[in-house]
Amino acid sequence: MSMQSGLAPSTSQLQAYAAATDVSVAVPAPLLEVARIQPVTAPRDLRTEPGPIRFIIITLAIAFLSIFVVLPLVVVFASAFSKGIMAYFAALAEPEAMAAIKLTLLIAAISVTLNLVFGVIAAWAISKFEFTGKTFLITLIDLPFSVSPVISGLVFVLLFGAQGFFGPWLQAHNVHILFAVPGIALATIFVTFPFVARALIPLMQEQGTQEEEAAISLGASGLQTFFRITLPNIKWGLLYGVLLCNARAMGEFGAVSVVSGHIRGETNTMPLLVEILYNEYQFVASFAIASLLAMLALITLVMKTILERRLDEAEVSDGD
Amino acid sequence: MIRRMLPLVAGLLWASSAFAADVSLLNVSYDPTRELYVDFNKAFAAAYQKETGKSVEIKQSHGGSGSQARAVIDGLQADVVTLALAYDIDAVAGKGLVAADWQKRLPLNASPYTSTIVFLVRKGNPKGIKDWDDLIKPGVSVITPNPKTSGGARWNYLAAWGYAQKKYGSADKARKFVADLFQNVPVLDTGARGSTVTFVERGVGDVLLAWENEAFLAQREFGKDKFEIVAPPQSILAEPPVAVVDAVADKKGTRAVAEAYLKYWYTKEGQEIAARNSYRPRDPEIAREYEKSFAKVELFTIDDVFGGWTKAQKEHFAEGGIFDQIYKN
Amino acid sequence: MGLTLTWLSVIILIPLAGLFLKTFELSFEQFWGIITSRRTLNALKISFGLSFAAACVNLVMGTIIVWALVRYRFPGRRLFDAIVDIPFALPTAVAGVALTQLFAQKGWLGAPLAELGIKVAFTPIGIFIAMVFIGIPFVVRTVQPVLIDLDPEIEEAAASLGANRWHTVFRVILPSLIPALLTGFALAFARAIGEYGSVIFIAGNLPNVSEIAPLLIVIRLSEFRYADATAIAVVMLLASFLIIFVINRLQRWAQTRIPAH
Repeated sequence: MSMQSGLAPSTSQLQAYAAATDVSVAVPAPLLEVARIQPVTAPRDLRTEPGPIRFIIITLAIAFLSIFVVLPLVVVFASAFSKGIMAYFAALAEPEAMAAIKLTLLIAAISVTLNLVFGVIAAWAISKFEFTGKTFLITLIDLPFSVSPVISGLVFVLLFGAQGFFGPWLQAHNVHILFAVPGIALATIFVTFPFVARALIPLMQEQGTQEEEAAISLGASGLQTFFRITLPNIKWGLLYGVLLCNARAMGEFGAVSVVSGHIRGETNTMPLLVEILYNEYQFVASFAIASLLAMLALITLVMKTILERRLDEAEVSDGD
Repeated sequence: MIRRMLPLVAGLLWASSAFAADVSLLNVSYDPTRELYVDFNKAFAAAYQKETGKSVEIKQSHGGSGSQARAVIDGLQADVVTLALAYDIDAVAGKGLVAADWQKRLPLNASPYTSTIVFLVRKGNPKGIKDWDDLIKPGVSVITPNPKTSGGARWNYLAAWGYAQKKYGSADKARKFVADLFQNVPVLDTGARGSTVTFVERGVGDVLLAWENEAFLAQREFGKDKFEIVAPPQSILAEPPVAVVDAVADKKGTRAVAEAYLKYWYTKEGQEIAARNSYRPRDPEIAREYEKSFAKVELFTIDDVFGGWTKAQKEHFAEGGIFDQIYKN
Repeated sequence: MGLTLTWLSVIILIPLAGLFLKTFELSFEQFWGIITSRRTLNALKISFGLSFAAACVNLVMGTIIVWALVRYRFPGRRLFDAIVDIPFALPTAVAGVALTQLFAQKGWLGAPLAELGIKVAFTPIGIFIAMVFIGIPFVVRTVQPVLIDLDPEIEEAAASLGANRWHTVFRVILPSLIPALLTGFALAFARAIGEYGSVIFIAGNLPNVSEIAPLLIVIRLSEFRYADATAIAVVMLLASFLIIFVINRLQRWAQTRIPAH
């Protein structure tokens, strides 16, 4: 119990930001450590259910997660390797597959970089300053979370398509946005916009402005303050946001599908190639690409778990 | 972080531009032609290199015919379009990207290969499907894509309509026939390829209405022991057309290559490639050579029965058209 | 500051404004006609209805999962805790092909279900399953921290005052989880409404039966009917706004209920 009370500030803080931030997936929430320690030490007779009910609940939880979450993942790998390991690697070595992997990495690099820079600035502005329209700004940042990816693609078609608002001008100046890398990058940036900012805002709010104010009063410049004080304070949260942003950027399907133009070997990202190969009866190849993306998801999860622990530790040492 | 990423981005950009050929064309096509154009592009690139000494790289993009036309209208930089039906190229022409007389610029309605609509059934033809009438029997489940998005599906629909109108003698009866047929359709995919996957891989339906070439391909991919092709006695002559996208080709300076590319279809080599991929060749000599690969089907044309594409599109597939009405009932 | 606003404008505000501008090219009658056409209405009904049903299942199953993860010890618990996030991290197209493969008539689960006469893939049930899949992390991850944080003394007090376990859970614990539960529900609901990638593979895409609203937008686009696509998009966008607004409210409510530390 003493452990628990020692952790209590941290959990309630996290909760406060979960509350302040609306969208909890982007919020470091799970607190694995606490979850591990808590239930055993609690007085069992008062705080738990009779054995049979416990058994039913655990069984339901495991069964549900196994069927709905684990099994689809297993299917991906089973199908990818169904014709043997050679077929698997042959499928990945195809020029089209290589091109898709390269494009996906490029798009992720562009969108993560830009969202990193602007996510930090946005989070900075929102958490360290008071201004009118702040709530509106936060809502705006959140919006891509709940907008259908198809709509995210559609808006760029309406803007940059040859029949769209800027279409004629772009055509006249021979600038290609839609059906080319810039369009895919824009759609991806739109969809992944909230991740970095969302991971940082609660953290920065939590930390307040005292340290920065102190640094500035001691004569540090704005940039110095940022790189020496702010950045080290938010590094884990930042990595966390970048991680989720990257996962989504590499995996985006709906929005990219609308703006890609599906030029083989040129504007097909990995998720699009999964669909195309699937439609070409190349199931092994399709699931091989899918398995790479699934690996990405798994790596993301492992890193996320590690980062969450770091965040927690930082929280605890801060809190006391 | 940013500094670390910049070289990566630069490197990737370099890598993706490293293997540029002398000329590069983008062919925007419809769903089932993926395999056809892989063959054709290879042959054309070789022939072009031999003739001019220049290397040419042809990029492909595939999707539902209607979606592809939409992408070109929205600015997809296609040098040539090779779509499922003339209406879709007309739509592109309607925006001034292709000259209005495009169908006259190449021989044979600018359709270098043709096809028709056949039935793909499961082994042993358990429901005994032989002709169009069998499709409207209760308990027969028919797979076809959505005529609103797929060119192939429009051919399917028109083939059924044409058959019924010829057999039962009136448009009203044809309408009833097609309505009954769509009663038997459990899934409408957006493209021809999606429907084939639904039928073949997901095991849905008793009969797939398919492009002849698509049916052959499915049989090749999955084995004759699993699927049989049933050619109805009558069907429609499907003419998938091709055209140079003038606006793009002129801007990119690729008109000469683009025209050579499409003209290559009309050579013996081109026709042979079409035939090998189960598209019906136009060249009489090649057609005779491959006579045995194609079933004898009495083919009617869209002009015969419907008075041309524009009319058919307007009556049947436009918003509130007959297809929509059938679906409302 | 100015930079943030500029960037936000370029990336989010201008595109969305473009969407609304495009709709204003329609007269109200036209707009209304599109929205109330049978196919659009059905697509919206399917999207919203199934999303609601899926979010309900997520609410119940999510609560059960959270309860098991937080309150009980069992082998593999930490693994299952991590697994909850898979639907969030897995690209939607991958989820789509995997679920389809799994539930198709020949699939591992599809085959036994077909024996029972239940068809999942290419029916509305398939859409529902995909929506349940993508929504589950939202409920679990919203409720989990709150349940962990719940003051044990309340329960103990309730129990020592003679409340039985049933009463304690349903009268004391669950009510204090309500804001979190509703937030999780709203998030899962919002995500399911907009979902495209994982749904289109497994949905039958049959108009009026198994065609979701985002797919209808894509279909309208390929039919050159931008106005229709835009009108449907605007309706869905307004729904998104509304849901975010509700979530904001819920959060504020939650905040007032939890004593500040």
